[in-house]
Amino acid sequence: MNIEVNGTGRTFPAGGSVRDLLDELGLDPRMVVVERNREIVRREELDDVQVADGDRFEIVQFVGGG
Amino acid sequence: MSVESREIHAVENLESGDRLVIADREFSSRLIVGTGKYSSHEQTVAAVRASGAEMVTVAVRRVDLDASKRDSLLHHLDPSEFFLLPNTAGCFTADEAIRYARLGREAGLSSWVKLEVIGDQETLLPDTEALLEATRVLVGEGFTVLPYTNDDLITALRLEEAGAAAVMPLASPIGSGLGLLNPVNIRILKARLSVPLIVDAGVGTASDACLTMEQGVDGILMNTALAAAERPVLMAGAMREAVRAGRAAWLAGRMPIREWAVPSSPSTGMLD
Repeated sequence: MNIEVNGTGRTFPAGGSVRDLLDELGLDPRMVVVERNREIVRREELDDVQVADGDRFEIVQFVGGG
Repeated sequence: MSVESREIHAVENLESGDRLVIADREFSSRLIVGTGKYSSHEQTVAAVRASGAEMVTVAVRRVDLDASKRDSLLHHLDPSEFFLLPNTAGCFTADEAIRYARLGREAGLSSWVKLEVIGDQETLLPDTEALLEATRVLVGEGFTVLPYTNDDLITALRLEEAGAAAVMPLASPIGSGLGLLNPVNIRILKARLSVPLIVDAGVGTASDACLTMEQGVDGILMNTALAAAERPVLMAGAMREAVRAGRAAWLAGRMPIREWAVPSSPSTGMLD
C-alpha cells in the first residue's frame, strides 16, 4: 500500500494497524500523537485502526517551544 | 515577638500563601517559562529548574522520521516534575490552532493549551478575531485556554467572556527583549479582568520582569529572555528572584512619587 507519513510517501504492508506503523518507525506510542486523514487516532485505538491505501498520517510530539 | 519580627513573619506568610491560581490549578511560582531555542535538552532542563517555574510551554511538531536524529524532549523534561502547557505556536488560523490544541491534548497530560493565533509573520502579533473564535471553540470542547494576546482591553474582556482561564497580553513582540512597552495598558487590563493576567512575550532581562510584576499582574511567561542570554541558567535564577522581588514590591505598596524633595532625616534638632 502507498501511504504518506509527515509529508513523505512510503509503502506499508496491507493488514497492518497504526500501532504496527509506529513500531516500524521505531516510535513509542506514549511519546507521540497520531493523526490519520486529519482525524486523531486515540491511543486506545492504535491497535484496532487499520492502515488503508492512500492514508495520510501526521505523527507529532512535544518539542521545545515558547 | 517584636513588631519587626511580626512584620517579617507576615511577609513570609504572605509569600507562601500568595499562590498563582489558574482554573483548577495552583502554582507557587509566578514565572512560567518556555522550552524553545536552548542549545540542548540538558540546558533547557537546567534553566527551567533554575527559574523555579512549575509550568513550562512546549510546542507540537512532526516527529523526525530519521531515527538517528531523535532525542525526545520528554526524555529530559519529566512531566511529573513540570506541568507541560502545549502551545499552538506557528498557527495562523483558528482552524490550525484548534487542530494543534487537540493534538496537544491527545498526548494525555492535560486539557490546557496556550492558544496562539498569529496575524503577522514579522511582528508575530495575534490575530485577535481568529483568537476569539478559537477560544470559543476550544472552551466549548472543555479545554483550559490561556490565550496569548495584545494589550487591548476590549480583546481581553472578550477573551474572558469567551471562557479563557487567563489572559496573556504581550509586553512587547515575541523574542524582542524590548520589555514592558505599555505599563499603563497592563494596569488597566489588571484592573478590569477577573481571570488571572499573565504577561507573555517580550521580557528581556530581570528588571523587565520585576517592573512587570510591580504592575500587579499575576504572572509572567518568558522564553527567549532565558534561552538567548549568554548564560541561560544564570539568567533563569535572576528571573526567579526578579519575579519574586517585583511581586513583593507590589504587595508591599510602593511609596508615592513626588516631584519635590521630602527629607528623610528630621528637620528639628539642628545646631545653631
